[in-house]
Amino acid sequence: MTDEKKRNVKIKISNLFKNFGGDYVLNGFSLSLKKSESLCLIGTSGSGKSVALKCLIGLLSPDSGSITVDDQETIGQSRPQHEAMLKRFGMTFQFGALFDSLPVWENVTFRLRQKEKLNKKEAKEIAGDILSQLGLAHQVLELFPAELSGGMQKRVAIARAIADKPEILLFDEPTSGLDPITSGVINDLILNSVNRLGATTLTISHDMASVRQIADTVAMLHNGRIIWCGPIKDINHTGISEVDQFVNGKPYGPLTTNKRETLQTKQTEISV
Amino acid sequence: MGVFQSLGRSGLRLCHMIGSIALFIVFSLRWCLIPPFYGRQIVRQLIDVGYYSLPVVGLTTLFSGMVLALQSYTGFARFSAEDTVATVVVLSVTRELGPVLAGLMVAGRVGASIAAEIGTMRVTDQIDALETLSTRPMQYLVGPRLIAGTICLPILVLIGNIIGVFGGYLVGIYRLGFNSSVYLSKTLEFLEFSDVMLGLLKAAIFGFIIALMGCYHGYYSGRGAEGVGKATTNAVVSASILILIANYSVTALFFG
Repeated sequence: MTDEKKRNVKIKISNLFKNFGGDYVLNGFSLSLKKSESLCLIGTSGSGKSVALKCLIGLLSPDSGSITVDDQETIGQSRPQHEAMLKRFGMTFQFGALFDSLPVWENVTFRLRQKEKLNKKEAKEIAGDILSQLGLAHQVLELFPAELSGGMQKRVAIARAIADKPEILLFDEPTSGLDPITSGVINDLILNSVNRLGATTLTISHDMASVRQIADTVAMLHNGRIIWCGPIKDINHTGISEVDQFVNGKPYGPLTTNKRETLQTKQTEISV
Repeated sequence: MGVFQSLGRSGLRLCHMIGSIALFIVFSLRWCLIPPFYGRQIVRQLIDVGYYSLPVVGLTTLFSGMVLALQSYTGFARFSAEDTVATVVVLSVTRELGPVLAGLMVAGRVGASIAAEIGTMRVTDQIDALETLSTRPMQYLVGPRLIAGTICLPILVLIGNIIGVFGGYLVGIYRLGFNSSVYLSKTLEFLEFSDVMLGLLKAAIFGFIIALMGCYHGYYSGRGAEGVGKATTNAVVSASILILIANYSVTALFFG
């Protein structure tokens, strides 16, 4: 790798292995993200996308492998080093993971208040500004997460993730469970926020419409490793049948062969 | 062979649980003593654990004091020792009934609520979210609850003791016909400072146990609604059993 290319790499994940009870969910997972790149990680349900994301941010410890952020190894870091590293990340979870006991403004400014000891008025102003950029009115500031719709919760989760202007953003299925219009709005918001911050972004998604809207690069995870990684414009011409099946949403193909065989076996057993 | 296997498996599971609780205690105590201290969280927990438990503890000790006065009168009347009723009520309430009943009632109310809240946070990824926002979940969630449990229960028991003794007084005066000043003088005559302190020491230990079991079972809650339900049940059952064991141990230690 040339020096220029090496300097441009923000995150490099190499040969990651992670097993749960002997089943390897990540089996030699490798991926790299360039600075300010928006990469979407796709794959079938249960293929280990969320596990990969949790390993990257340190919520799970991989069995082996290496993860570097700006050429700095993150696996095996001391607690203070890990905490310093976490400050560079912003993450949204699949179901929002907003704090039920806190109103919206406290959710959004949670990290800022830990760091800067903002008073209530300042924190509300900051939360209001961020939320208005995401199309939410000031009236939601005092509401609790349970009082918000699914789309609003996703926006608040994005607001919380970007409030501290992180260098790296991780989105775990940001549009799951939303209608196509709200999904489109969320995708626009992600795109705008990412462009404004210049952040490196890793998004997990099943939704190919979202992927086409927000990704520069797409990587497909299958059997614990990346089977294809390339620019979004090439996604329809990979020549890999698994990618083709996933992208076109075909019910039968290499990704579902095992599942179909299992189903057929069960049906045979029942008829016998 | 199957019996030995399942016995061995249960033994290993028990050892694993004891080790894991011991580590949980060590880490949570450590995070209680290291800044940052989450003052607002501590105040919120003090209100949740202390203020909102007051009606339950008050009612429990009031009726316990009342029934104790009636029952001890029935018993002592058989060997003409009715005048000891006031002393028996105050000693039983301060040394034993106040702390144990308040502990069990708070275990049901607060232990369950702590386990359900933290368990729900676990299954909805809120604990992971705390971690990603550079906040230590043990320090933010467990520390304030342990502090609140340990501080609140002695205060609740102190108030419960006064209410329980007052309950005995009401029954003594209006139902059993004791003279008010005689009843009060008998109440205070044999009560020692160490009786009250022993009750409060027990209460502090019980408060710590309740918060610890709630936090531990919630923190390691299983997935889904079933996992949270089990965590809640386990928190209440284990806290109640540990309260009874700790009660005997502390009483035996200070016996005499």
